[in-house]
Amino acid sequence: MAQKGIREYDAKRMLARAIGEYSGGRFAFDDRLVLVTPETDFGRLEKDHPWLRTERLVVKPDQLFGKRGKNNLLLLDADLEAAVAWIAERMGKEVTIEGARGKTTGVLTHFLIEPFVPHDAEYYLAFTSSRDADTIHFSPQGGVDIESVWDTVVSIDVPVLADPAKVEVLSKLPNVPDKETVAAFVQALYRIYVDYHFTYLEFNPIAFSRGRLLPLDTVAKLDDTAAFQCADKWGPIEFPRPFGRPMTKEEAYVETLDAKTGASLKLTLLNPDGRVWLLVAGGGASVIYADTVVDLGFGGELANYGEYSGDPSTELTYEYTKTLLDLMTRRPDPHGRPKYLLIGGGIANFTDVAKTFTGIIQALEEYKDKLRKNHVKIYVRRGGPNYKEGLENMRRLGERIGVPLEVYGPETHMTRIVSLALEEAQR
Amino acid sequence: MRADYELFTAETQAFIYGEQLRAAQRMLDFDYLCRRAKPSVAALITPERGGFEKLFWGTKEIRIPRVRSLTEAAAHFPEADVLVNFASQRSAYDVTVEALEIPTIRTIAVIAEGIPERQSRRMAALAKAKGKWIIGPATVGGVKAGCFKIGNAAGTMENIREAKLFRPGSVGFVSVSGGLSNEAYNIVARATDGLNEGIAIGGDAYPGSTLLDHLLRFEKNPAIKLLVCLGEVGGTKEYEIAEAVKAGRITKPLVMWVSGTCAKVLPGQVQFGHAGARADSAAETADAKNAALREAGVIVPDSFDDYGLRIKETYERLVKAGTIVPAAEVTPPNIPLDYAQARAEGLVRRPTNFISTICDERGDIHNYCGVPIDRVIEEKYGIGGVIGLLWFKKDIPPYAREFIDIVLQIIADHGPAVSGAHNTIVAARAGKDLISSLVSGILTIGPRFGGAVNGAAEHFLYGLRNGLSPRQFVDEMKKRNVRIQGIGHRLHSLENPDARVELMKAFARKHFRKTPLLDYALAVEQVTTQKKGNLILNVDGCIGVLLVDLLTELRFSDEEIDEMIRAGLFNAFFVLGRSIGLIGHYFDQVRLDQDLYRHPLDDILYDVPKAPEKVG
Repeated sequence: MAQKGIREYDAKRMLARAIGEYSGGRFAFDDRLVLVTPETDFGRLEKDHPWLRTERLVVKPDQLFGKRGKNNLLLLDADLEAAVAWIAERMGKEVTIEGARGKTTGVLTHFLIEPFVPHDAEYYLAFTSSRDADTIHFSPQGGVDIESVWDTVVSIDVPVLADPAKVEVLSKLPNVPDKETVAAFVQALYRIYVDYHFTYLEFNPIAFSRGRLLPLDTVAKLDDTAAFQCADKWGPIEFPRPFGRPMTKEEAYVETLDAKTGASLKLTLLNPDGRVWLLVAGGGASVIYADTVVDLGFGGELANYGEYSGDPSTELTYEYTKTLLDLMTRRPDPHGRPKYLLIGGGIANFTDVAKTFTGIIQALEEYKDKLRKNHVKIYVRRGGPNYKEGLENMRRLGERIGVPLEVYGPETHMTRIVSLALEEAQR
Repeated sequence: MRADYELFTAETQAFIYGEQLRAAQRMLDFDYLCRRAKPSVAALITPERGGFEKLFWGTKEIRIPRVRSLTEAAAHFPEADVLVNFASQRSAYDVTVEALEIPTIRTIAVIAEGIPERQSRRMAALAKAKGKWIIGPATVGGVKAGCFKIGNAAGTMENIREAKLFRPGSVGFVSVSGGLSNEAYNIVARATDGLNEGIAIGGDAYPGSTLLDHLLRFEKNPAIKLLVCLGEVGGTKEYEIAEAVKAGRITKPLVMWVSGTCAKVLPGQVQFGHAGARADSAAETADAKNAALREAGVIVPDSFDDYGLRIKETYERLVKAGTIVPAAEVTPPNIPLDYAQARAEGLVRRPTNFISTICDERGDIHNYCGVPIDRVIEEKYGIGGVIGLLWFKKDIPPYAREFIDIVLQIIADHGPAVSGAHNTIVAARAGKDLISSLVSGILTIGPRFGGAVNGAAEHFLYGLRNGLSPRQFVDEMKKRNVRIQGIGHRLHSLENPDARVELMKAFARKHFRKTPLLDYALAVEQVTTQKKGNLILNVDGCIGVLLVDLLTELRFSDEEIDEMIRAGLFNAFFVLGRSIGLIGHYFDQVRLDQDLYRHPLDDILYDVPKAPEKVG
């Protein structure tokens, strides 16, 4: 899905490998980096990386979130024993991070260890992309919340069609010591940014010490669709999930189903006690169904977000539906109120509706007792090739399993079943 | 002349890049439904293949040229100004850049998903610099009602008919998502006099043309009276629309909804289906964008549930004001159902021309007479077992498989001098290929060479079944002047038996329960060898009678065995086995690089008359 965050470890490893080539040998980065995971064997670590013993160290979590200093998740100037102890204390622990977009809770699993480098000045350097241009941002004031000193930031736009090698940086930089070196360095980094298909690269701060720039805190995103061009440049790379709640067993199961096929199967559990459950075909339609539940004031009752699309096989649709029904029918609403299953979708382009309903119908049939016990009401809306047969099969299913089930076709507005269900729920 | 704001008219011609025959057929079906004068597909660009492709135009087939390169196609068809680019994620950029350089091409629809953003941005910038249009990437395309359809846009003919896309209405629609465009066309068709043009710009972060680009085009088009738009969470392009409305660059009524309002209840950063559908800041949320649009004067429903209603109200207001004169209804022509579809729906049937009862290659794994090929290997059917399945349609026991293996090994070769091998060698030395040389040898197999297996089975069975004593049988054959097949050998005799025959006899005695026909043949041998020592049961004869014994033991009926003899099935063992040897002789000659064979003259008796006899 295009822009994907990568670990600071991977970003620094990649840049350390590239900077020599892109600066004609003029610059080099320290490539002494270690990523500690739950599998890491500390005994081996010291053997493989003897510098851990001889250097002072910096340790921080490496899980795609920033503001680690503010969140007390940064260890500076430590020796190996202290670093190992610090990690051991935090590994596998749940923490809540205060970030730019509010609070996020997740489990710590990855830590980066690097040599601690005393330095003089801290700058801010970032590369961003927009439709018409890339922008190089530089400020002599780094290591702070950059928004608070944004007036010190110099921005250099590089139009999309411009030659990255001919970007004029020097004349645009503010006055800093050794300005020519800084400019040459920024230029080399920008060329890496372009060639490696970064979509975002931020150093806050990047230190300046003895004529050299050293990236301290690095945030990077790559365009993962460029993998076919960049596999060699990137080397082995992982695109971790954003920091946050770990996947539930059911979400992980749906992810394995999704990985098995060219079709798409997605499930995010929002509120297992919610009474509105979505089983919607199509990426675009699924968002709109969820929107409508929220917009009609039932966001708190929305149990899940998910979609199936791209013509999944009957077996996969069956497995997906079963997973959803299992979650939905674990326990009846404590107040005995009905639950609502919305089997929705727009008008399919080419997908055979009757065929995709086969797996759903199988699963519903299997769960008929639980559905009745949980007072589930089902609303169906779908159109597209062979929809009449599909809808008729659903109608007959409702009669067969004794679960209230209403069926609508393309003559009814796509999200009408949302308002029908929610009106019912309010009564 | 086409106006600037029109990308497509009823005369528009396009190239399709890529092996996309179904998309091409769908475009032609749409053309036919719209009663276009000429097909909209000028040529298919397929680098691997030239020539032409037959596609349907209504009930008739027409030829659509295949051209190997875009540049060549543009030179041949300068009137085609649209490229529907189905090239893969890897090559879509190069094809698009090539098309942007061609002066006659003005609009490029890029279908591929997963094009790197940097390439998408470059395509967009190049197109802008050249005043050209890119729709996509990652889109199904779009449709100009009654005029032109990009590739697979608008789905099946049934969808197109339902949404009345065969004639233009008054609504210009543009969305991010292509998957929802059919739903939107349906909403528009139900709420108004129909779609005029519908475009899906694609869900990537950097589409070649934006929602606003198309809305501004619709604004200029006098046939379009009502604008309808469906945006998405992520990016800030919707604000430009609000600005354009405020600035008076968009004056026509615009009904718009930005989807993704549910993002606020979802945990963290949920990436929806589209690459661009992700809010990186408060301004990129659907709520913020809907609010800004509403404030600018755009008609924004409270939820998607009212989207259709707002469109309908606005349309009715425009009709009342006289701005819209509802488009006249027309009846489109019928498009015949494709046979495959009609059959799937149970609407047609036809008798088949072929039947196969021995194997089926359809499905995940092909089978031999119902046994999947993986089981054939795992359960060690071997060549004998496979012959059982494919020749006899029976799952034969291991000893029968082994017997067949022995037969084939024994038959595989009999030296270079016999007629089959000789022919193969002569053909190989004449420089002929493997198949010609092999066939040249096989063609000698018949009544005098190798054909005795079948004949022996037939002859001995005749004697046995008619209750003739061996003596009676020999006498009757002599009276009828028929040589008993399978009897006689150049060298071997009862005293000097053929090792191959002894081997088969021993195997049969050990593994077969009974060998009645072999026993009968050996009794006959006792009679014939009295006459002459070398009139023994030979290899062909032994194979023939033992195969009959085997089949009898496997409970094949007399009728089935007779049928096999009639079909020459017993000779098939000879053909199959001997082919191994013939192929060996062919390779032998090639390896030895043997020259053309010419028969020595002194080995030919020349006995030609001085002059031919005159007749008539």
